[in-house]
Amino acid sequence: MAFFSRTPIAPLEYSRTLWMRLWVGAVMAFLYAPLVVLMIFSFNDSKRNVVWRGFTLKYYDKALHDDALIEALVNSLTIAALATIVSLILGAVAAVMLWRFRFPFKGAVDGTISLPIIVPEICMGVAFLMFFAKLQWSTDLIWPLNLSAITIAHITFCFPFVTMVVRSRLASFNREQEEAAKDLGAGEWQMFRDVLIPHMRPALVAGALLSFTLSLDDFVITYFTSGPDTVTFPVKVYSMLRFSVTPEVNAASTILIILTVALTAIALKLQGLKAIAETH
Amino acid sequence: MAEQDWKANKRVFAAVSLPTLLWTIAFFVVPMAIVWFYSFGENAGLNEIHISGTLDNYKRATEYLYLGIFGKSFAVAALVTLTCLIVGFPVAMAITFASEKWRPWLLLGIMLPFWTNLLVRTYALMILLGQQGYANKGLGMLWGGASWTKTLIGLQPLPTWEPVQLLFNNFAVVFGLVYVHLPFMVLPLYAALDRLDRSLIEASLDLGAGHFRTILRIVVPLAAPGIVAGVMITLIPALGAYLTPDLMGGTDSQMIANVIERQFKKANDWPFGSALSFLLIYAMFILIALQSLRRKVPEAG
Repeated sequence: MAFFSRTPIAPLEYSRTLWMRLWVGAVMAFLYAPLVVLMIFSFNDSKRNVVWRGFTLKYYDKALHDDALIEALVNSLTIAALATIVSLILGAVAAVMLWRFRFPFKGAVDGTISLPIIVPEICMGVAFLMFFAKLQWSTDLIWPLNLSAITIAHITFCFPFVTMVVRSRLASFNREQEEAAKDLGAGEWQMFRDVLIPHMRPALVAGALLSFTLSLDDFVITYFTSGPDTVTFPVKVYSMLRFSVTPEVNAASTILIILTVALTAIALKLQGLKAIAETH
Repeated sequence: MAEQDWKANKRVFAAVSLPTLLWTIAFFVVPMAIVWFYSFGENAGLNEIHISGTLDNYKRATEYLYLGIFGKSFAVAALVTLTCLIVGFPVAMAITFASEKWRPWLLLGIMLPFWTNLLVRTYALMILLGQQGYANKGLGMLWGGASWTKTLIGLQPLPTWEPVQLLFNNFAVVFGLVYVHLPFMVLPLYAALDRLDRSLIEASLDLGAGHFRTILRIVVPLAAPGIVAGVMITLIPALGAYLTPDLMGGTDSQMIANVIERQFKKANDWPFGSALSFLLIYAMFILIALQSLRRKVPEAG
């Protein structure tokens, strides 16, 4: 599609009209300009962020040798990985339960399971703060047990999203396939493994991706749940921002942006662009 | 095969229901219940809270100061939602009517920032909006251009450009919230517009309505469910936003989430913080109830 196409614009080709293109272009610039500026300035050889003083990698070097920062990043990735695995299991079985069975109080169960999606983060954060304080949950255990409270909190707000995605996928499942599998002698477990899971797979990939990013992204709930010694990447960046803005933050943020883009690229490779676009 | 009764296959039902139910009760219902009970409590010592069934916390929340913050949070969230709707609607339309080849890429373009860390995005916006940031420089250049044009046509030049304060005020909070919530709005709008029957638009155009009138009278009403979904999905997180007002707002642009945080971290008044939390949750419930009410009306009529 050339920008200045010679063929006349059909009435419904709104996306080819000039004002639409300008609008979309402006919105994309609005979305990406801050990120691009941040990434460019992470290479800036200046203590103050805004004036270009030449190219340097020293803030990357500093960030990568900042043990506290690396530890926070490793914590974040560990929590995200654990939360993703458990959320996938919990979310998928909950989706199967709601899809397959009729049971008393189904509406209430359904509502309660999806509630964490709408309860504001700050309210969940204070709830976990009080809950773990009440239980006197220990935060000075050895790694990775010291991350258990944060991981539990993350699972609680991640798995409803998995349930949501898997459920919408199950809606397109032809239940006759299940009967056919049973007629052919498959047991419950075999049917689940060989018929239902393959059907759910795209939703599972999407759900995993969603959980991983939600967990990696979360600041507010972690801020309330973490002990003084267990810090995740967003919490660390927040404290760096609050107390001393150094170009290291730019470098660390750039690393995280690149990580996100890489994850997205992997997901695209696995699923194809179209499937990703459809599941969201 | 319709839904199976749970009694028909108790073993399988237990296997798929127990893990999630137990998890939800232990790590969601119980924590929320603790907050709810604490909201009826009072501080009985430095670290002790006595749950006495008092309504004082709620009474205090209706004081002018806190009602004002609630009202302001609503106003900010509503303004953010409206801005996202106006900015996002043409984008959703452009994606819907884009060619097969371009559509997934445009969608990805909208979703990628959504997957980028919220804190990183907020911080990136802060660099841009800062006192010496590029937004200010750009505005200064526009000002300079305007001044130059005025001289050219023989008028007095404008006074020299003074950098404007773009951060740490209400404008920054609204701007920042629009920045982070825009994808929330575009995606449901796109989902609704994509399902639209295009022949209706063609019919409207054939019958002589202009593009603008067609969009206003045909597309918008047909896409109403998607618009409502987009509004809810933007309004609810914007109302409970903590990070953006905390980092980009000034002392006078705090929203309700910031006040709740202060009760827990600085003021150490957990019962009052709990009451405010539950008021916020109730506000969410009311919004959702209003939405489902709206959805039921046309069906009944």
